[in-house]
Amino acid sequence: MSARLPSQERLEQIVQHILEVAVDLGATAAEAGVSCDQGLSVTVRMGEVETLEYHRDQGLGVSVYFGHRKGSASTSDLSEAAVRETVQAACDIARYTGEDACAGLAPADRMAREIPDLDLYHPWALTAEEGIDIARRCEDIARAQDPRIHNSEGATLSTHEGLRVYGNTHGFLGGYPSTRHSLSCSVLAEQDGQMQRDYWYTVARAPEDLQSPEDVGRIAAERTVHRLGARRIATCQAPVLFAPEVATGLFRSFVAAIRGGNLYRRSSFLLDKLGEPIFPAFLHIEEQPHLPRGLGSAPFDSEGVATQRRALVEGGVLRGYVLDSYSACRLGMETTGNAGGVHNLRVQPGEEDLPALLRRMGTGLLVTELMGQGVNLVTGDYSRGAAGFWIENGEVAHPVHEITIAGNLARMFLDIEAVGADVDTRGNIHTGSVLVREMTIAGD
Amino acid sequence: MTDQPLALAKETLLAPAGLDEGALERALDRLMGHAVDGGDLYFQATHFESWLLEDGIVKEGNHSIEQGVGVRAIAGEKTGFAYSDEILLPALLSAASAARAIARQPGRGLALRAWQPVGTPRLYPPLDPLGTLSADDKVELLRRIDAEARRQDARVRQVIASLAGVYEVVLVAATDGTLAADVRPLVRMNVTVIVEDGGRREQGSSGGGGRGGYALLLDDDRHLWHAREAVRQALVNLEAVEAPAGVMPVVLGPGWPGVLLHEAVGHGLEGDFNRKGTSAFAGRVGERVASPLCTVVDDGTLPGRRGSLNIDDEGTPTQRTVLIERGILKGYMQDRLNARLMGVTSTGNGRRESYAHQPMPRMTNTYMLPGEHDPQEIIASVERGLYAVNFGGGQVDITSGKFVFSASEAYLIEKGRVTRPVKGATLIGDGPEVLTKVSMVGNDLQLDLGVGTCGKDGQSVPVGVGQPTLKVDALTVGGTRG
Repeated sequence: MSARLPSQERLEQIVQHILEVAVDLGATAAEAGVSCDQGLSVTVRMGEVETLEYHRDQGLGVSVYFGHRKGSASTSDLSEAAVRETVQAACDIARYTGEDACAGLAPADRMAREIPDLDLYHPWALTAEEGIDIARRCEDIARAQDPRIHNSEGATLSTHEGLRVYGNTHGFLGGYPSTRHSLSCSVLAEQDGQMQRDYWYTVARAPEDLQSPEDVGRIAAERTVHRLGARRIATCQAPVLFAPEVATGLFRSFVAAIRGGNLYRRSSFLLDKLGEPIFPAFLHIEEQPHLPRGLGSAPFDSEGVATQRRALVEGGVLRGYVLDSYSACRLGMETTGNAGGVHNLRVQPGEEDLPALLRRMGTGLLVTELMGQGVNLVTGDYSRGAAGFWIENGEVAHPVHEITIAGNLARMFLDIEAVGADVDTRGNIHTGSVLVREMTIAGD
Repeated sequence: MTDQPLALAKETLLAPAGLDEGALERALDRLMGHAVDGGDLYFQATHFESWLLEDGIVKEGNHSIEQGVGVRAIAGEKTGFAYSDEILLPALLSAASAARAIARQPGRGLALRAWQPVGTPRLYPPLDPLGTLSADDKVELLRRIDAEARRQDARVRQVIASLAGVYEVVLVAATDGTLAADVRPLVRMNVTVIVEDGGRREQGSSGGGGRGGYALLLDDDRHLWHAREAVRQALVNLEAVEAPAGVMPVVLGPGWPGVLLHEAVGHGLEGDFNRKGTSAFAGRVGERVASPLCTVVDDGTLPGRRGSLNIDDEGTPTQRTVLIERGILKGYMQDRLNARLMGVTSTGNGRRESYAHQPMPRMTNTYMLPGEHDPQEIIASVERGLYAVNFGGGQVDITSGKFVFSASEAYLIEKGRVTRPVKGATLIGDGPEVLTKVSMVGNDLQLDLGVGTCGKDGQSVPVGVGQPTLKVDALTVGGTRG
């Protein structure tokens, strides 16, 4: 990439200017965020370059408060005229919104006082040619793994760097740069008229933390080939082992159910559960916002509130909610520094690896893919399409597809029998495999 | 036909930066400075607003303005793409230089063709919906939805209502001489209610919209109907028992359950997957993929519909494309790149989320034509099965053909009669197979009410679906009662 990101000082000036304009227009409080991102992504398919994309995005968002009335506006244009117009638009909206006692900035005494360096910025001076070469190596390996691999959706290498600055009229002004690089590969295999596809990816803050192109290609190929010969199974009740890459979804639902917005709207199956056991006693969940190079790491949340390490679940007991200042106020509580979401949720891993968990399960279903959105957060009812492997006596019997798994999340959480040591750290939720005692599987 | 959108688009997108047709030619000429086959420029300006009510208070309002230009160069199967959120000549030229790097040889692309302006049909008025209602009236509209919902039943505990409008102006200029523009209004409202009865809580939601001003939501007090509908659904769910698990006949209601078609066959018939041979439908044109009762079309030309477009995002006028005719696969949905590589013409399905995304084949409004059966007769034909009338989203694996869609309002059918409501459940099936099991098609075709959003490769676009009541003889229902 030729162009460089603007300096942090430049973005800080813009944020300060936005706040000044807001106060100038009569706002009693205001907050603003400005961000710039740029990157490159290349896809190689069947050995040939398919796409070469250059990204460059910028934007600003502002919220103004007139007492307890709020208005927001945003734009992709950072020019002086656009700033003024956008702040004006936010102020205009605040004339029509209603008085809401909880509307406002997060408490001033909760603002981050220092901004720790979380080692999130590792730019990759990568030319398009080099990117193409990495993606090609990855796809080549995948395609060469097995004669049944006959087609490909390609391998994609992406590198992004961004800078974000946030400020508010408490006087908080902070920002930090970050990077994110990823490599993914997806191939198809065919056998006896059945076609299957799977993929693998690696993502990291620093290029040297990525899995090698060879590993990504090899794993993508293995996952695809292992699915060949998939069939349905009969409708039954059986234990279900969620592989790490899908177990994250269970905890994503957990986070959604203890998020302030869903709690004060009474649209969660985990209402009024603080201090109660919602998981088995061996289960611990911690939020670790300052994990160096963590993909979910952040020194402060999107309201400027300092983030901190804390326990969400201790010995199976729910110890904390996920709150921003607004939902905290609605619940008569204090913000937990989660405006914008959680930052690195870590489910404490157990000691068993995947083969050990399969042996423990004995006979049941190993799920490696989930489809659809069939999770009702109000009731906890859970019903999703699934694919994976039928396990007998701790060994893979055959691949499975076109089935559903169903249950209720409140019950499923309590029914967790083990968490694996095979932790997936590629996202904001880090967990190993999760074994659930029993679910309903719908098939033939 | 009128050139009004083109004039408006030039004034909105080009004039402020002092750009004219000559500047577009310069940028396209820069693109052709390498040995590329062609390319295009896509200028876009979007004004968006949203309003949110909860606890009876309009709490949030948001307004946003985005604009930019995307530049694409194509060489064979390769695409180079760059964009800028500044519509200025230097930014445009630098994006063109970046995009053309896809062709490494600095030779010479084809010569630019003379401009051939594409006339814009008038499927919706070229207006800015944000200005069709005063802010006071928008707030009042939300308050009336809230009051209407709470008036229905004392068990309504929470009402969340939202209103959103988009005004979008686009202009496409391509090396083949295409010069086209569109002015696209889009409005939408949604209401979600939480009901509570003796410790049990459920939700219901309803929404609608289309391409036009906010009058689309106010005509016939449609917004109030949505409020009542959301409460009705939530109360039905309060009574719901466990859903069955296993294979059974499923009767799908008319309208939004057409998400079945979108997932089961729609995505698998998009041109890119079929050119690459990654779809379960690849190479199957002319084969039977559905029962003879099934005719499925994708139609971007329905007036005022959420999925409709005067022109697609490559400047091709949209059309009505027959995908499946009496059970036989007829063709795919195409954008220009995939059409050229497959030796056919674009079907006007080249769509993109914004200037910062590349176009690809996407659906518009996808629906099944009506059949001959009375819906009551269809239900009466089922001994034991599921009657599903409302759905959340769905998903498909286009390679294996497996698809899911999740019912949010469903009932048991016992001895030919709709009996008890059951909890939401995911339905799973095989795309190339499911429509072969359609044994009855109703005479009650309905299109959805205008809330669909389709995601593909991280890009979201508004779409529509529809179908008459139909019966699938065997589909897997993912309940908990085995």
